[in-house]
Amino acid sequence: MPESETGAIKFNIQIGDELTQNVKPLLHEVKHGLEKLIETGKITVIDLRSIPLAPNEEDKILNILGQGEVVAKLDALGLSEVVETKYTGVWLVTHYNDEDHIISRFIEVTTMPEILCSQTEDIMAAYSRLTLDLEDSLKTNESVVEKSA
Amino acid sequence: MTNNDNKDKTLAQILRSRGISRRGFLKFCAATASMMAMSPAMIPKIAHALENARRPSVIWLSFQECTGCTESLTRAHTATVESLIFDAISLDYHHTLQAASGHAAEEARETAMKENYGEYLLVVDGSIPMGNPGYSTIAGISNYDMLMETAKGAAAIIAVGTCATYGGIPQAKPNPTGAVSVRDLIKDKPIINVPGCPPIPVVITGVLTHFLTFGTIPELDHLGRPKVFYGQSIHDRCYRRPFYDKGLFAETFDDEGAKKGWCLYKLGCKGPTTYNACATTKWNDGTSWPIEAGHPCLGCSEPDFWDGGGFYKALSMPTENITQTVIYTAAGAVAAGLMLGARNLSKKEQAKAAHSNTTIDDLKK
Ligand code: SF4
Ligand code: SF4
Repeated sequence: MPESETGAIKFNIQIGDELTQNVKPLLHEVKHGLEKLIETGKITVIDLRSIPLAPNEEDKILNILGQGEVVAKLDALGLSEVVETKYTGVWLVTHYNDEDHIISRFIEVTTMPEILCSQTEDIMAAYSRLTLDLEDSLKTNESVVEKSA
Repeated sequence: MTNNDNKDKTLAQILRSRGISRRGFLKFCAATASMMAMSPAMIPKIAHALENARRPSVIWLSFQECTGCTESLTRAHTATVESLIFDAISLDYHHTLQAASGHAAEEARETAMKENYGEYLLVVDGSIPMGNPGYSTIAGISNYDMLMETAKGAAAIIAVGTCATYGGIPQAKPNPTGAVSVRDLIKDKPIINVPGCPPIPVVITGVLTHFLTFGTIPELDHLGRPKVFYGQSIHDRCYRRPFYDKGLFAETFDDEGAKKGWCLYKLGCKGPTTYNACATTKWNDGTSWPIEAGHPCLGCSEPDFWDGGGFYKALSMPTENITQTVIYTAAGAVAAGLMLGARNLSKKEQAKAAHSNTTIDDLKK
């Protein structure tokens, strides 16, 4: 994720490589997550904000994971970015608030992050909406397409 | 502030009536789990509990304080998500934030108390002056009287900020107003202490969310602080810790060590004896935190931090051995594997009592 996109100010006053030494263990955790996914189908979710990381370490992790085939954006209570990393099955899910500040960031090891799936409640609401819209259009003799346009 | 139409609706119903999708709600729950330092495995449970939660009435009393705690809360960085928490509670009285003042405001408090007797949450910021009731009054009522009257019908009390939790700066020597904390006065109600000068905004809302989610108060430590936020010391989660372990310290604010980001212990850092969430939650939209900005921790979430002998004086530690460590299972299974060992708190308490000057070498024993 390019720095400018989040608008976060960085104070690059620290020098040092892998200061907390948490980068490697975290990547191993991701590897175990993949093993688990392959063997049992169980998913792993890692909250990046719960781990002590030095100023540049989160970027380092993101750089190593890179970007793969899927980039999805969703707009629900602010933007969210769901990116499949170059390691298939390893996803980076970043939630922003209305002011484009990151409110949480997770690494999910799964075939598809839950937040991307259409939710039953929303599907039911969509069904009622479409039904109502169709009824309205029959009454007014106007097509749904015209109405929404 | 009060929206009576919403009183009997569940949070899920309120959100849906505002056009917030289930996806939006799941995102809210994910951010909530993250801010409460809970394992992501808890997200579905939070979603289920919150969906069915009803709005509790909240009465907020401000006594001898600087309004910093309210400032902190209203700048909680997850703007949309935090506003949901406010939608989810019925903030019936907060004299800084509410439009009404004087007797009209007091009426709102009395009505909320009557209607929700035994069920409302009482939030208090600021200490209570016992020297003279006239030192601090609201609508002619002394802080002591208002606290005792309002506490009677409360389900639980949340003391927000170091002043309400331990007396804070008003209580600093020579304590001219005879300031005391909420816990000094009330013994028969559950009290959740949320210290910090000010507390991290999401810690305040996190406690409210916990109450909403589980209908109970979170697990507390010996000082009445929720363990999810205050379970680990600044030092245990500090990213400068590897320098501390190698004995690399900044000696002044502009030496080579300071430029290289070495440990701030010798510059007076109180991280080893301070329990708070700054190191991972951070401040100002998660931008940075004091130690990342190059300043030692002042220990603002601990009792008597103002009278601790100087912010820039290296900690005094006991000469006895304090190497006993405890293993945490914090913040989910993953984080646990990455965590550094934590020094035993009770040993540190003994350290405080012994209070003899020690060197870095003693600390590392
Ligand atoms: S003494 Fe302070 S700066 Fe040094 S590792 Fe501990 S908390 Fe961090
Ligand atoms: S770093 Fe220390 S002094 Fe600063 S806010 Fe956190 S607990 Fe308080």
